[in-house]
Amino acid sequence: MSLTWEPRIVGFACRWCTYAGADLAGTSRLEYPAAIRLIRVPCSGRVNPSFVLRAFQRGADGVLVAGCHPGDCHYTSGNLFTRRRYSLVKRFLEYLGMEPERFRVEWISAAEGHRFAQVVREMTADLRRLGPNRKMREET
Amino acid sequence: MPRIGVFVCWCGLNIAGTVDVERVAEAARAIPGVVHAETYKYFCSEPGQNLIKQAIQEKRLSGVVVAACSPSMHESTFREAARMAGLNPYLVQIANIREQCSWVHTDREEATVKASAIVAAMVAKVRRDEPLEPLKFPVHRKALVIGGGIAGMQAATDIAEAGCPVILVEQGPNLGGRMAQLSETFPTLDCASCILTPRTAEVARHPLIEVLAYSEVREVTGYVGDFTVKIARKPAYVDWDKCIGCMLCQEKCPRKIPSDFERGLGSRKAIGVNFPQAVPNRPVIDREHCTYFEKGKCGVCAKICPVGAVDFEQTETVREEKVGAIVVATGFDVLPREAFGEYGYGKYPDVIDSLAFERLNSSSGPTDGVIRRPSDGKIPREVVFIQCVGSRDPDKGKPYCSKICCMYTAKHAMLYRHKVPDGQAYIFYMDVRAGGKGYEEFVQRAVEADGALYLRGRVARVYPEDGRLLVKGVDTLSGQAVEIAADLVVLATAAVPREEARGLAQILKVGTDEHGFFSEAHPKLRPVETMTRGIFLAGSVQAPRDISESVAQASGAAAKVLALFSRDELAADPLVAAVDESRCSGCLACQPICPYHAIEPKALKDRQVASVNAGLCQGCGACAAACRSGAMKLKGFTDEQILAEVGTLCL
Repeated sequence: MSLTWEPRIVGFACRWCTYAGADLAGTSRLEYPAAIRLIRVPCSGRVNPSFVLRAFQRGADGVLVAGCHPGDCHYTSGNLFTRRRYSLVKRFLEYLGMEPERFRVEWISAAEGHRFAQVVREMTADLRRLGPNRKMREET
Repeated sequence: MPRIGVFVCWCGLNIAGTVDVERVAEAARAIPGVVHAETYKYFCSEPGQNLIKQAIQEKRLSGVVVAACSPSMHESTFREAARMAGLNPYLVQIANIREQCSWVHTDREEATVKASAIVAAMVAKVRRDEPLEPLKFPVHRKALVIGGGIAGMQAATDIAEAGCPVILVEQGPNLGGRMAQLSETFPTLDCASCILTPRTAEVARHPLIEVLAYSEVREVTGYVGDFTVKIARKPAYVDWDKCIGCMLCQEKCPRKIPSDFERGLGSRKAIGVNFPQAVPNRPVIDREHCTYFEKGKCGVCAKICPVGAVDFEQTETVREEKVGAIVVATGFDVLPREAFGEYGYGKYPDVIDSLAFERLNSSSGPTDGVIRRPSDGKIPREVVFIQCVGSRDPDKGKPYCSKICCMYTAKHAMLYRHKVPDGQAYIFYMDVRAGGKGYEEFVQRAVEADGALYLRGRVARVYPEDGRLLVKGVDTLSGQAVEIAADLVVLATAAVPREEARGLAQILKVGTDEHGFFSEAHPKLRPVETMTRGIFLAGSVQAPRDISESVAQASGAAAKVLALFSRDELAADPLVAAVDESRCSGCLACQPICPYHAIEPKALKDRQVASVNAGLCQGCGACAAACRSGAMKLKGFTDEQILAEVGTLCL
């Protein structure tokens, strides 16, 4: 691990809210750390917990699952399943010994470019402090 | 072996200023399966698109990644270009290296590395894409309009005038909606009935409009072009087909009850119509207040009816209809009485809401249009109007402006002065919002010609003293406390969605805002559409609106419906779920999670599996995440594709 280690965050962003919110951060030229890489999904409810585990196994230092605010889901109820599903996954990850800061579920609307940038800044700062994910990373 | 082409756009300096686009292209060339990579200043331009088309044909590309702006900008542009070059458009993916990279990072090295990673992820995704064809389905050229107020009637008329049949469902016993309760309308002071009743008659006799009054939409299934709707006809206890509308029953009914239509200021009979010009002109029995239903005897109406139309045994009937599009125009309500203790609303009879004042003004109202206060019938000499009662009040949970109140309060002050020339109207306001053609002039007329006294400030309390109501408030412009002894206090209460609207939103699977107003697809560019294709909005169901706006929006919604109906078949995005039957265990864990009821069991020879109705599926992927055996596949977002992206982004 070189001295210039920078964290890597994989983000799952629902296309209607968070992905559009991230686009808004871009149009508003809000600067945030380059640690985040987004994967566009139709709905946060599409995000299978296995995707999150896979990201950690492949060496992601942090994972973000983000979608519309509960009640605002483009598909009516998708993010309600997300909320339920990931409150369990979060506890499971903590049980495995992952620091809670490494995994976040956030509701970021298409109008919340600021919030998106802020979440990335916070997560990056937390991960810089925590260092690389060694717990779940598979040896390569 | 895949043959992927990667096209890295400079977007002028928008991308190239921060990202080393040549290095991104070079890195792409090193990815297995990438046979072509190039950069260009503007790939979205005509010459840029030609470069892509040329490469598709010359290099026989099997997939394309365009690294450029957000897919929301030009995904469709590049997909169309690919289609023209003979490549299936769904084999094009966009790597968003502008909004989510060059515009948000400043370090050239970091941004270049990240852009390369995003490109690599999209290459991994497009390799796993399959060619897809848009779904096509036929259109039922018949519309359902929910709500028989002015907006719903306008939409129904416009659609029917274009030659398409319409079913107009109204939950109340008659057409007209809120407008039927109004006396005069701003800014012309036209009598509301005079412009409304010809319209209701026209709608009722239109050969292509079927009015289903006293009915409710109970269930909606299906999708744009092919909705199946269940409509329940509530029992009126009168056979409307037999009834000739003579209203002898209403005349002879011995039971008088307070009338909701008159806002409690007048009475109605337990059988009858809301107002004399009601269309359809057919009576309804109010079961809760009818002596026959309470005590099992009376039946005067049944005895007097010359055609034997009264039927105490009538029950609800449900019918099913197929329609291609739905317009929702369920209108608004006003905040209930309980909400305003400080103004004594509901406690003092002479504190009324604006809708009640409309009825006092109406020549067909409880006082025949003479303004009398409810407590003793005296003509009020001083009337205090309070605006923004509930509206623009986060404490009452209604931070929004109800929009119509400034105008109707000015109208009320005017009408009052016309009827009581020596009377004085006081108006407590926060701001006067009179944006609209002729609106500001109208308010000025109320002030200048009709002497309405506007006081900027809130009212703190209203309480009775010596047979009058003492209104205590502050005029914030002069900073002085104001005390007015009034004979009548009129509250401009906040407009809220109708109570039934929330349930209807669920039936229609249309989103609402936090207050329950239906959400439009885009506040500026798609104001009459909802996020559910084929369902449109008209009038106050979306937000408080006045009559002219409601009518304009209704015509807009009708135009959208007719545009749908002008096509022989509709095309839909094929990014929907599909079941791999060989892997499906038939557990149907996917079924309850589907918000569109698109998943049904399907019997195979020896077992059952899930099956997806592609027409109903909206492609959310909830089922794919719920599937334990990995059999549910969301096209364009398969597990394989997302995991490939994850793997690439973590490298």
